[in-house]
Amino acid sequence: MNAPVDYLLHLADNAVVLGQRNAEWCGHGPILEEDIAMGNVSLDYIGQARLLYQLAATRLGGDATEDKLAYFRDETQFRNYTLLELPHNGPLVGYAVSDRDYATTIVRNFLYGALMVLVWEALEKSPDADLAAIAAKSLKEARYHLHHAADWVVRFGDGTEESHKRAQAAVDHLFPYTEEFWTASAAEDAAVAAGAGVDMGSLRAAWDAIVNETLSEATLVRPQVRGYIPEGKHGRHSEHLGYLLGEMQGLARAHPGATW
Amino acid sequence: MSTVVEQVWATLEHLTDPEIPVVTLRELGILRDVTETPDGVEVVITPTYTGCPAMGQIEDDVKASLSQAGIPARVVTRLAPAWTTDWMSDEAKEKLRAYGIAPPHTTRPDVSVVKFMRHRPAPDAVACPRCGSTHTVVSSQFGSTACKALYKCLDCQEPFDYFKPY
Repeated sequence: MNAPVDYLLHLADNAVVLGQRNAEWCGHGPILEEDIAMGNVSLDYIGQARLLYQLAATRLGGDATEDKLAYFRDETQFRNYTLLELPHNGPLVGYAVSDRDYATTIVRNFLYGALMVLVWEALEKSPDADLAAIAAKSLKEARYHLHHAADWVVRFGDGTEESHKRAQAAVDHLFPYTEEFWTASAAEDAAVAAGAGVDMGSLRAAWDAIVNETLSEATLVRPQVRGYIPEGKHGRHSEHLGYLLGEMQGLARAHPGATW
Repeated sequence: MSTVVEQVWATLEHLTDPEIPVVTLRELGILRDVTETPDGVEVVITPTYTGCPAMGQIEDDVKASLSQAGIPARVVTRLAPAWTTDWMSDEAKEKLRAYGIAPPHTTRPDVSVVKFMRHRPAPDAVACPRCGSTHTVVSSQFGSTACKALYKCLDCQEPFDYFKPY
């Protein structure tokens, strides 16, 4: 059976939100090579989001389009992980202005990238043939994303005193947000029940193995995580998503239907 | 008298990748299939990277060529089987090398995700497209386009692009 549309939107929203966040580095990267790398990673994420939104729009029918799904839904309708909407720094209020921290960018890309190689590898075998086709393509890209992020986690963690300090701070800040990966939403439950989705709990051991191995190579400490579990994929977001969507959706909403 | 399918292949033969103008869409494996259906000719293309900005241009080029040749045809994008650099012909790989881009090695699907991370196997040696030396080093895994990595030759000192296995 096919995956429910809400499940496709969860996957698409994850990709578009992180793609938009990482694209903030475009023209501002810490070094030229990383500026280009972040642009390319963002392109991949936005490409994956487009395929998923197109599939969701086809299945919704009516006047649904990929652009309407990306640009004309509000914060509470977005189903992305809270982790992906956070700005590129430590804990800050939404309107704060601060220099971006590349360690935060890299650690987030690593924690999410390690998850997505496993998710796409599982979904590649989904009986939902359209979703499986998207997964097979995305997996190839996700492997490069993970490889890139893991290399930099090691370089930062096992680098200078300053880079180690910043990488550890990013790990401590972001790790609690990964708890959201493992608590199923109604859309995920429905996708699993339909046989088309992946039971996230089944990926946890493999994710732990990738994360622990890399953190240990990077001489970074995995924090003990307990407490609040974020609920971005239920539509309950941090204050940061609104600012991100404001920037991403502003143009499309100011000129609805515009083309160039 | 050639069939319409043959005419379409012949018409599209000159189309090259907008970003790598030395290899054709057929050689890259982007142009997948041409079939005659009851509603006319159908041309199947497949995207390379999901976010590759050249795909829109490629579709436009295919449509423009066919309309110029007066052949009514539909262009269909198909995702599966997913495009892979393994579809590139040896001839295309040689053209890439001559153009200054190190051609992709064969993908290794047997290398699982976890192995991809752990004890990362030494990547296949990438030969410098200028001097042929395999004494090369990766500068960045993402180069001028999503499909390429940036390398540097330690013998002739030239930087060059490597078409990544995908």
